[in-house]
Amino acid sequence: MKVKILILTGYGINAEKELAWAFELAGGETNIVHLEDLISNAAMLKDYQILAFPGGFSFGDHIASGKIFGNKIKYTIFSELIRFIESDNLIIGICNGFQIITKLGLVPNAADKFEQTASLIGNDSGHFENRWVWVKNLNKNSIWLKDIDKLYLPVRHGEGKFIVKNDNILKDIQNNGQIALQYFNPDSDKAEYPFNPNGSVLDIAGITNKKGNVFGLMPHPEAYIFLQNNPNWSENIDNSGFTGLKIFQNGVDYFKK
Amino acid sequence: MFNRVEICGKSASEDGKARGIELIIEEDLGLKVDDIRIVEAYNFQGNFSNDEILTLRNSLFCDKVYQNSFVGFHHLTEEEYDFAIEVAYKTGVTDNVGKTASKGMEYILKRDVKENDVKSSTLYLFRGNIKKNDIELIASKVLCNTLIEDYYIFYRTDAKKSIDYKFNFETAEKIKPYEVVNLEVSDEELMKISREGILSLSLEEMTTIRDYYRDEKIKSERKAKDLPDNPTDIELELFAQTWSEHCKHKIFAAEITYENCGEVKVIDSLFKTYIKKSAEIIKGKRDDLLSLFKDNSGVVKFNDEWAYCVKVETHNSPSALDPYGGAMTGIVGVNRDILGTGIGAYPIFNTDVFCFGDPFIDNKEVPDGLLHPRRIFRGVHRGIKDGGNESGIPTVNGSISFDNSFLGKPLVFCGTGGLLPLKVNGKDSYEKYTKSGDLIVMVGGKIGKDGIHGATFSSDHLSEKSPTSAVQIGDPITQKKMVDFIIEARDKDLYSGLTDNGAGGLASSVGEMATFTNGAVLYLEKCPLKYSGLKPWEILLSEAQERMTVSVPKDKIDDFLELSKLRDVESTAIGEFTENGLFECFYNGERISSVSMNFLHNGVPKYKLKAKWKNNEEKKVEFIDEDIAQSIKNLLKRPNIASKEYWVRMYDHEVGARTVVKPFMGKNNDGPSDGAVLKIFPNSNEGLVVTHGIVPRYSEYDTYCMAANAVDEAVRQAACLGANPDKLVGLDNFCWADPVESASTPDGKYKLAQLVRACEALYDLTIKYNCPCISGKDSMKNDYLRDGKKISILQTLLFTVVGKVEDIRKSVTFYFKKPDSKIYLIGDTKSELAASEYYLMKNIKGGFVPKVDPDAALANYKKLYGAITDGLILSAHDLSDGGLSVALIEAAFSGKVGCDVDLSVFGGNLSLTDILFSESPSRILVSVNPENEKKLLEIFGKNGVLYLGETTSGDNISVRYKDKIVLNENLTALKNIWKNALIF
Repeated sequence: MKVKILILTGYGINAEKELAWAFELAGGETNIVHLEDLISNAAMLKDYQILAFPGGFSFGDHIASGKIFGNKIKYTIFSELIRFIESDNLIIGICNGFQIITKLGLVPNAADKFEQTASLIGNDSGHFENRWVWVKNLNKNSIWLKDIDKLYLPVRHGEGKFIVKNDNILKDIQNNGQIALQYFNPDSDKAEYPFNPNGSVLDIAGITNKKGNVFGLMPHPEAYIFLQNNPNWSENIDNSGFTGLKIFQNGVDYFKK
Repeated sequence: MFNRVEICGKSASEDGKARGIELIIEEDLGLKVDDIRIVEAYNFQGNFSNDEILTLRNSLFCDKVYQNSFVGFHHLTEEEYDFAIEVAYKTGVTDNVGKTASKGMEYILKRDVKENDVKSSTLYLFRGNIKKNDIELIASKVLCNTLIEDYYIFYRTDAKKSIDYKFNFETAEKIKPYEVVNLEVSDEELMKISREGILSLSLEEMTTIRDYYRDEKIKSERKAKDLPDNPTDIELELFAQTWSEHCKHKIFAAEITYENCGEVKVIDSLFKTYIKKSAEIIKGKRDDLLSLFKDNSGVVKFNDEWAYCVKVETHNSPSALDPYGGAMTGIVGVNRDILGTGIGAYPIFNTDVFCFGDPFIDNKEVPDGLLHPRRIFRGVHRGIKDGGNESGIPTVNGSISFDNSFLGKPLVFCGTGGLLPLKVNGKDSYEKYTKSGDLIVMVGGKIGKDGIHGATFSSDHLSEKSPTSAVQIGDPITQKKMVDFIIEARDKDLYSGLTDNGAGGLASSVGEMATFTNGAVLYLEKCPLKYSGLKPWEILLSEAQERMTVSVPKDKIDDFLELSKLRDVESTAIGEFTENGLFECFYNGERISSVSMNFLHNGVPKYKLKAKWKNNEEKKVEFIDEDIAQSIKNLLKRPNIASKEYWVRMYDHEVGARTVVKPFMGKNNDGPSDGAVLKIFPNSNEGLVVTHGIVPRYSEYDTYCMAANAVDEAVRQAACLGANPDKLVGLDNFCWADPVESASTPDGKYKLAQLVRACEALYDLTIKYNCPCISGKDSMKNDYLRDGKKISILQTLLFTVVGKVEDIRKSVTFYFKKPDSKIYLIGDTKSELAASEYYLMKNIKGGFVPKVDPDAALANYKKLYGAITDGLILSAHDLSDGGLSVALIEAAFSGKVGCDVDLSVFGGNLSLTDILFSESPSRILVSVNPENEKKLLEIFGKNGVLYLGETTSGDNISVRYKDKIVLNENLTALKNIWKNALIF
């Protein structure tokens, strides 16, 4: 049986279609579901193994990115969502999706309290940017990032600067191995702008929860699923290993064991 | 009860936005402030308990990870600052953040919170010693657009005493259904009515309307319906709207007597004679042109299952007044043209092209009442950025042209392409199926006073009297929800037809759709309003954004409305399509308008205009450049040539994962692509190319050449990218200075002749290139007039090309790929430097304007297509602004590959400056592997391409001419000049 992925949409989410392509290329079966339909029938979650929060501009990023979409879940079906996570299913949040699951407290969630302890705020540059960045994987054992060394992916955001509430939380997520992806400069030890495109603390591009089944990242792996997505594709480059597709394969393969 | 929550970052130094504003204040006003802190405020009225406000602070307004929240006017009364400026939308202007906040409050409090009871505002706290006058400047020139926003300045000492500043929340008013407008008056009075009402109707049009009401048959019909003899205000507004230049394209439809060198001919409609005729001729030869010029956008077959459609609009006048709002509504507006095509298409890409005045012009040279080009540039850019990014539609192609004639009016072209299945629910998708008896349903946003008279105002020149109500505010998220809902409803077969509400609002959208059934009746009191106090004619004409007009069969209305509610989209049945030949409106049971559909749509008198062309003599200019290297460096800095990457990176150009040739590519992703290529579906390598051509500069000499070069540029770029030359389509967008002779336009005949010549070129080139216009738009009053001073824009044609790429894997990009490849030039170089970037830089008048030889050009493009299909071409870059020098340097530095070329190979009487800087059209710079050289020469013939040299492994460009080195420069240094010249 195919692994089933529920991809949320609605209220300004806009990267759901390519995310569905990506999961299908990875061998999954996808359904794009409007948040309103999930809220009115949260029981449908039991039919799925993966829940995906795509990128976009839910509620126009007004007040704060991801906040209102997150609140809509928090004040309706939050307990069902927690049950989904605790039943060994997977969640991925990309860009706006990462902002949503961070504000919901699904990541980093180092204290297992499902409270917001980190945030994604306005880029240091003060504006939205679309550029390709290198990220390296710090946690090769994690569910979503198995066998990945580094990735070349586009970022497309105005609010991607990862920060935490206090230093203890940063220590916790470091000690727990929750930092998943870090921006880096292939030619230097320091990832200054634009290699770190937003000013994230410790160059963090993606994090997981402690168990690793909930994963959030700012870059867009679903935007690099075939060779010609890569801006350097016309130079006859070696494509192997850097595409975002591997992330989705890891997610799908997790249930094939 | 008034409540206010203020949000501020815990650490002020980390605010990138505040730093950005400091920079703008310094750059634009020359003022230095010490510090800015930004406070976001949410102001709301109603009864909220302290607990509720605490919950809202902690769970909605404040991100406690890095922000603090306060109640009341905390910062103004308790914090340290030298002065403060609060900015809030004016009453009645859409406040998107306030709207979202009200939703967010509802989700948490689980009770209704009225949209209009919540208003957002921003408070800027300043440190620094700034004079009062300068503080006013900061408020009015940097922070606030006074058309749509109010600002309040506070000084620390005053504010601590008391805050005498109140938010206005809307209150209800009683409305009279209509006023009668007496047209039985003198001609002067008639024109006064037209002018003061911003109707933009001519005397002939006013008298035509008056005569309609004099008709005895009409009189008796009106009597029977209890309507006055004279028109009601709503009727007159409906005529003005439907007959506006913006909607009826009266100049393109006019009968024109055209005189050229003594020869006189009469042209019955430029549109029919040139644009439509060319398209019809080509349609006879191609089977992929499904719908031309009859819908909101042209529709073309993509493959056996899908079609694509494209539309490009202009939004010049709104952008001149409010650059941000004008540009944003431009882009989200053209998105709706796509959504409203056929039975509904889904937008997949945006394009944007701007023309501005020189961004570095001295403030003193900007005429009174106009915004500095830099401010327009920033605002327009931000509008396109927010509109496109928030809608989830990638901005894949565009450009910016600079010329000080665009001080008079900036040009803002916004384009969108969309996809639709060939069949939807078993029927052709590119048709509409509206029937008499179907309900008229308004979907999307609510109606406010925004944009009233936009259509008639844009049909007039810009002056100090331009109405502020003509400006609209966009809300991309409301629209995004609507787009997703419409497509879902389309696939569920819940409606029969639709169109968008753009210029003219319901008057225009319902008016157009009513032609399918020959009638419509509207009940205007049913329309959802943003606030009360709108008169019925204002409801009919409002250009409030994010609205579609949909025809829904009665048996589907319940399902349609239910789905709409689930998707958080407002839909309301407001009337019915009829077949009685009348356009009628009711308000609270009273009939307030009833006009004949036939007269409304066909009654406008045809213009009869005169045009007279005079040739500008072209003369050879002798000029020797003593310092080629310095000239090239200066050329690379020119705004038309310099990199726009800093601005373009702020657009999302990849959402959708389709963009494979992106705006900036190369070894470091920072070289300028010739256009975009999109891979349309993940499981297929079929694609679309998107390019455009625009060269207003040449209009100074000959608009025929201007238009021909625009068409050639777009087609040539498509050729460079590997598009199939047999499957290209075009879009024409004319932006013209008023071409109708009058007291304020004494040179109207010449300006109209310029239009005729541009249309002739468009006809000739589209026929030759087999690339018809599938849709177009004209904007005809791009002048500024004040105190007798007039600025007319350079006459401009934007030609956009979209076409099929059979296999995107074979597409070619513009930059050199590796050392030791061979560099060739396709196409003839002539001494054609009139109005070239080089001559403009050197202040040289004269020379020859580039002339297109479409037969020779097309032959080369087809050969290039063959070579690309055979995989022979490593890179192909089109030569445009700056000629060969710029193209060569761009191809080299973008690929981080050096080059060594010898220009002695150019024959004829060309000088070195001709060779390097001529802008002769139809030329392409290619590079090939040495082993493919022979095949390339076989395809093009020995004399068909010119060998220039080869690429090298260094970071250097070396150019020789007649045994002398004329240029030897480090490429990275050249790139840095080019890259940093347009950042501000």
